Amino acid sequence: MTGDEACAEGALAAGCLFFGGYPITPATEIAEHISARLPAVGGTFIQMEDEIAAMASVLGAAWAGKKSMTATSGPGFSLMMENIGLGICTETPCVLVNVQRGGPSTGLPTMGAQADMMQARWGSHGDYEIIALAPSSAQEIFYQTITAFNLSERYRTPVLIMTDEIIGHMSEKVIIPPADQIRTEWRPKPRGRKDRFLLYKPGPNGVAPMPAAGDGYKIHVTGLTHDEKGYPAMSVEAQQQMMERLKRKILDNRDDIIMVEEHQIEDAEIVIVSYGISSRTSMAAMQQARAMGIKAGFLRLITVWPFAEEKIQALAQRVKGFITVEINLGQIHLEVMRAAAGITPCHLVGHHGGTIISPDQVLAKIKEAF
Amino acid sequence: MYKQIVITGFGGQGVVLAGKIVGQAAAIVDKLESTLVQSYGPESRGGACSAQVTIADGPIYFPYIKNPDILVCMSQSGYDKQHHTLKDDGTLVIEQDLVKPVGDRDYYAVPCTRYAEEIGHKMMANIIMVGFMAGITGAISLDAARSTVEKSVPKGTEEKNLKAFERGWEHAQATLKGRRHKAAGKPGVVA
Repeated sequence: MTGDEACAEGALAAGCLFFGGYPITPATEIAEHISARLPAVGGTFIQMEDEIAAMASVLGAAWAGKKSMTATSGPGFSLMMENIGLGICTETPCVLVNVQRGGPSTGLPTMGAQADMMQARWGSHGDYEIIALAPSSAQEIFYQTITAFNLSERYRTPVLIMTDEIIGHMSEKVIIPPADQIRTEWRPKPRGRKDRFLLYKPGPNGVAPMPAAGDGYKIHVTGLTHDEKGYPAMSVEAQQQMMERLKRKILDNRDDIIMVEEHQIEDAEIVIVSYGISSRTSMAAMQQARAMGIKAGFLRLITVWPFAEEKIQALAQRVKGFITVEINLGQIHLEVMRAAAGITPCHLVGHHGGTIISPDQVLAKIKEAF
Repeated sequence: MYKQIVITGFGGQGVVLAGKIVGQAAAIVDKLESTLVQSYGPESRGGACSAQVTIADGPIYFPYIKNPDILVCMSQSGYDKQHHTLKDDGTLVIEQDLVKPVGDRDYYAVPCTRYAEEIGHKMMANIIMVGFMAGITGAISLDAARSTVEKSVPKGTEEKNLKAFERGWEHAQATLKGRRHKAAGKPGVVA
């Protein structure tokens, strides 16, 4: 099946019961597939009037107590930005898939890119933390969609899956395990007196339990800066407290959230850093470099945000350099540079978008730079 | 084993479905790994279209194909664009009535659109091509190809599509037989 179909299947496996979306190439197949499957499991699919409303519906469904998601591509991702911010501020668990295509604007609808990575980081206004994952195959997007739901439920926050047209439209073998082998998580539910409940009073891992509409809790959900009760609080102190909590619940759990995969890193002198579809290019390039006697290793970012900067910092102490491979003109490359902090040279194998980077281009850069 | 197949044509010919059947047959029935990537334009019919299928007995990292082992051309524009990319020892397969190859490179041809019209539906040209390509190249097994065709086509059309598949497969067997005879110095047989 295609990556898009595998994503929809992963959502169903995770227990997603609501999809609110608006069709856009190359993400339409996710909506198409899940719209056919959701009614059979008692779920709801709504095609909204646009992406702004789609994202709003996803937040609403989450507050109604369901696991909810949407999928889009660059132009729709731009429209969803405001409500992504609302989801972060109101600590609403949900999953948003961006099947990236060439941009800016309408760009290249049917051709892939990885150029929305920085938009994923801070595309909505305000200073927040976000979780973003990047799958590299149809099989992985199946599992990663489950992981995205689990992380969003665990940390009560929107989670982004930053895939691309190539993964979305590529057909590959996908093995779907039996349901009892799939671990799904659900947001912590509040206990105790309903009249004394505090909507944003965090538990031990920094995350507050979340009731659903109709559970009997009197709650106030707002995008205004709010106190633990959820009421608007227009003060410097309230802003500081809320922002600290939003930041800390992600940053203090970095070890749990950040997933990377290392290939032949132990003795590597040159480390290729990549994610998503470009990690397949990188893997092939690393193997070819090794065959030529070059000590290359490969660090694959499964979680792109928060960024695995400690990993890069540690490697920077001993390797000769980094090469970041991505289908943009240097976004995660800048993060690698920031983490390497001038200790180690950092190079980019980038692309304007529209196609995948070939292993030859990576090899050429390795030879040119080292 | 690492086999790279490119199928080209114009939108509406079922190029992507043909690629999907080949990849799926290899992955699900023949228990290999396969990837399919496709390129197409914003138009749904008439534009240039290609499917790139890689079949391997190990992981496939880079799914795009620079120099295919097998090139299947369903349209002249697809042929013009791609024929120089085929490996020197690669196999060229063409739609006999729609593609006029240049140069003296060997090729295998099937009039799959004409055959499909004879069966009653020119939309099945792609299935005939899958049968022909499988028969000529052995890239996927007969059983895998047959059962995947059956599963991949719209309900109610299975029988006709299997007939189409067999037409392609038989044409391949006849072509190969003709070549064997020719090689053995017995002219006059279909080649």
